[in-house]
Amino acid sequence: MKRSNKPIFWSLFGAGGMLSALAGPMLIFITGVAVPLGFLLPHETMSYDRMLAFAQNGFGKLALFVVIALFLFHGCHRMYHCLHDFGIHVGPGLKALFHGFAIAGTVAAAYLLAVIGSA
Amino acid sequence: MTRKTISIECLRYHPGTDAAPRYQNYEVPFTDDMSVLQGLQYIKDHLDGSLTFRWSCRMAICGSCGYMVNGVPQLGCQIFLRDYYPRGVRVEPLNHFPIVRDLVIDQSDFLKKLESIKPYLIPKTDPGKGTYLQTPQQMDEYYQYSQCINCLLCYAACPQYGLNPAFTGPAALALLHRYNADSRDAGKAQRMEIVNAEDGVWGCTLVGYCSEVCPKGVDPARAINQNKINSTKDYFQNFLMPWRK
Amino acid sequence: MAQVKTYVRPMAGWWRKNPFYVWYMAREASCVFITLYALVVLTGLLRLYQGKSQFDAWRESLAGPLSIAFHSAALAFVLYHSWTWFKVMPKTLPFVRLGGRRVPDRLIVVSGVVATVLVSIALFWAVRP
Repeated sequence: MKRSNKPIFWSLFGAGGMLSALAGPMLIFITGVAVPLGFLLPHETMSYDRMLAFAQNGFGKLALFVVIALFLFHGCHRMYHCLHDFGIHVGPGLKALFHGFAIAGTVAAAYLLAVIGSA
Repeated sequence: MTRKTISIECLRYHPGTDAAPRYQNYEVPFTDDMSVLQGLQYIKDHLDGSLTFRWSCRMAICGSCGYMVNGVPQLGCQIFLRDYYPRGVRVEPLNHFPIVRDLVIDQSDFLKKLESIKPYLIPKTDPGKGTYLQTPQQMDEYYQYSQCINCLLCYAACPQYGLNPAFTGPAALALLHRYNADSRDAGKAQRMEIVNAEDGVWGCTLVGYCSEVCPKGVDPARAINQNKINSTKDYFQNFLMPWRK
Repeated sequence: MAQVKTYVRPMAGWWRKNPFYVWYMAREASCVFITLYALVVLTGLLRLYQGKSQFDAWRESLAGPLSIAFHSAALAFVLYHSWTWFKVMPKTLPFVRLGGRRVPDRLIVVSGVVATVLVSIALFWAVRP
């Protein structure tokens, strides 16, 4: 029986799953509900100046990169498996598409974080 | 005194005459101490001798009387007609297996998988003299996985097996782990090929229903998913240090 | 068994037939929201790079009803993902022993939930202006 390459994707899936389990709820609440509505947190929490300073900071870059990359790898891996669960025949083509999408997003994030400059 | 009756609807299929399964309803008089299996036996003894189903010990140890009861994999001898009254009960053969006749399924695929995982102790090259010694803690590492009665409820529960019959499946992988986790066994390396394969532990998406329906508390979901970490370690070890066995 | 004409039942719609499977699919569906949220963050990063006016316009769009609805749904699914993740975590770990006795699964689940609460509090406190 051929050895599966799953461990690579599963490790990324697991890391993303852990991160999204621990930080996902609050991150989504803050950025998607609280700050836009000014509920419990003021609008200026995500002001241009504050966010730029965050993205130009070393720790901020790491945080943004890790959230985007790991959430994408987690989501894409699981979506690929969901297709199989729905009875859709999945092969290496779809596998490359889904994981390739995650890689593309990761590369885009890395590029943007590099060119946005440092504080 | 008139006895209560309950409606038992059974899937019927005869390979010689039927193109597809159909359902047949029986009104079965019952008492509160009767199991669903006893209900089926009443049908066979008094109403319809042609109804075909497997059973043996009547006490949840032989693993023969697995059926889908109202859509849930169950052992017929362990569930009671009183709990399905007055709605009634629908009995079908275990999901995800080909139907041979009525409530009887073809388990040959499972038996192949069981043989493939080397379900026996593989001794160390030099086991030494005398008997094996094992502490209670060492036995605790594998004990629950040794309780499997091969009833196949977990395969009926597992949608991944239903979608892909090449998947090794819960009971076989749990038994594989039972031997790997036994301190007397030295065959882990020989079983890794199955563990690492796409149809090995990686065919599992941790639906978890297998452990939910297991009548013996084997917890196959745990057995399989622990080995995902082992398989990952093995993968990276093989990748980074291929010279190391 | 080769001579017997066995009947193979189709799998279509399998997940709708048992509530256990429906909840499993809900858990799996959370991945769509997680992916989309990652793209939202990526978009925000892009707008940030493009300059103040673009970023402020993107910020405005976050307050729109469609965005609020999406993020509310995403929050619900991610909370369910978080709960099921820790519920299932003990099954991925070998038996943990402390002082010879097996640590019960409940403890691992509770630790995960507590960790989430602590991380959430820390995040909220850290972003406050």
